[in-house]
Amino acid sequence: MNQIINIFKREITSYFSTPVAYVFIVIFLILAGAFTFYLGGFYERGQADLLAFFNFHPWLYLFLVPAISMRLWAEERKSGTVELLMTLPVTMIQAVMGKFLAAWAFCGIALALTFPIWISVNYLGEPDNGVIFASYLGSLLMAGGFLAIGSCISAMTRNQVVAFILTVVVCFGFLLSGIPMVLDAFRGWLPQILVDAVASLSFMTHFNAISKGVLDLRDLLFFVMVIGFWLAANAIVIDLKKAD
Amino acid sequence: MIEIKNLTKSFGSLTAVNNLSFSIPEGQILGFLGPNGAGKSTTMKMIAGFLTPTSGSVSVCGFDVESQAIEAKRCIGYLPEGAPGYGEMTPLQFLNFIADVRELSGSHRKEQLDTVVGRLHLDQVLHQSIDTLSKGYRRRVGLAQALLHDPKVLILDEPTDGLDPNQKHEVRELIGHLARDKIVIVSTHILEEVDAVCDRAIIIARGKVLADATPAELEAKSQYHNAVKLAIEELDAAVEAVSRIPEVMKVEVERESGRLIAIPRAGHNPFTAITKVVQENGWSVDELSMERGRLDEVFRQITQGSETGEVRS
Repeated sequence: MNQIINIFKREITSYFSTPVAYVFIVIFLILAGAFTFYLGGFYERGQADLLAFFNFHPWLYLFLVPAISMRLWAEERKSGTVELLMTLPVTMIQAVMGKFLAAWAFCGIALALTFPIWISVNYLGEPDNGVIFASYLGSLLMAGGFLAIGSCISAMTRNQVVAFILTVVVCFGFLLSGIPMVLDAFRGWLPQILVDAVASLSFMTHFNAISKGVLDLRDLLFFVMVIGFWLAANAIVIDLKKAD
Repeated sequence: MIEIKNLTKSFGSLTAVNNLSFSIPEGQILGFLGPNGAGKSTTMKMIAGFLTPTSGSVSVCGFDVESQAIEAKRCIGYLPEGAPGYGEMTPLQFLNFIADVRELSGSHRKEQLDTVVGRLHLDQVLHQSIDTLSKGYRRRVGLAQALLHDPKVLILDEPTDGLDPNQKHEVRELIGHLARDKIVIVSTHILEEVDAVCDRAIIIARGKVLADATPAELEAKSQYHNAVKLAIEELDAAVEAVSRIPEVMKVEVERESGRLIAIPRAGHNPFTAITKVVQENGWSVDELSMERGRLDEVFRQITQGSETGEVRS
């Protein structure tokens, strides 16, 4: 546990010692705001909730989360520090967890900084704060899922741009797998059970369920398992790719 | 104590390290030599616990590097090739991170930090990001990181590569002044380095040990071992007289510098005989010296011999 904290601390300090962190947070906040007010029609809807805000999170994360995750391991491999890290008395799990949790906490900070919108909606009306809390939780879990995918893909390459693009593509697949248009394409030739399996992998479906305020254990578990699966794959990829 | 048994590492069809076995007792400074691509780095990466051996075993301080990885890593300090570091951190932040991970605390931590910073003269760059440091300083930060927890075993992959002569000298001094009970493994392709700091040299090529001896023993394998260098005005006469000495196998002449080099027959020392000849003829000598042997020649002989052998088989 201590080692996870040590690695976590190093990672998070390194985010804030480069402009990356500030650029990311500023862009995230501007886009989140712009989407909510212009595309989401926050005022026009005339309802005291944050649906207009949370609806765009999957799309924001699709491009912003890979921008955080792309450097996680690709940079370590490119600069050779992975060799240093793996020869310190740290286990693979501690290293993977420490780095992942740092990136996740960073997303959490960016997300927490959207609090003015929560204040606004509370000022304007009487929203259901339980639903808002659930949505924040769902949003954070979804970001974690994207990050775990990105972390694993980042370990496959030394090149951050490649890591970014591949992560966007894979995350896009996970986002859209629940949309009728995608499912229709499968329905023609796959048995229903597999179509359902594809549908159940959709981040969007699970996120929408949580952000309606229904905290179903299955939706929470889904994200936890996605994170667990991709981080386990991450550890295996690092191990396999150490030599090159 | 490090024990390496039948260590083998293959990458696909390429065997980088082939059935390597040796042990290193406490207090030994081992020079690891070999041409590029000989398997030096791969071997060191396996000892340090970064790469997993295809077969065979490595034990460090009594811990198997695979099954007791954490314990083994605790007693190793490792400088990877190229001395990688986290560029956005300052050396102070970086060393603090290493101290955290190495679980140093309290006054011991402060003491160790002060010691390595002092020893490697890092005081001036402590607050500058590692990215902006010169190659020499970066290498020193890497060394500081490896030395920080005062490890029993120190593995340095090309610690002086890319340093200027002064810095090279400093690093060698540092290695030489480490406590006597440590094991140090240094890989290099600079042969003078082996001569300057190592108690033992292992030459490998194509993943196999070709020679395992003290630097002096290696020098003795050179045909220049005990060769006599003589600079003299009467060069031609001297060449003739010296070639007649029974201990001398061959005489090489360097016209530009007005010097001759008398190469002895194996196991003989022609020094006395040559001084006698010089005295008898009453020549005035500009320079008279005896060579210990040329490591680079031995190195070439050993490593290239193996390559032609390989082709034949």
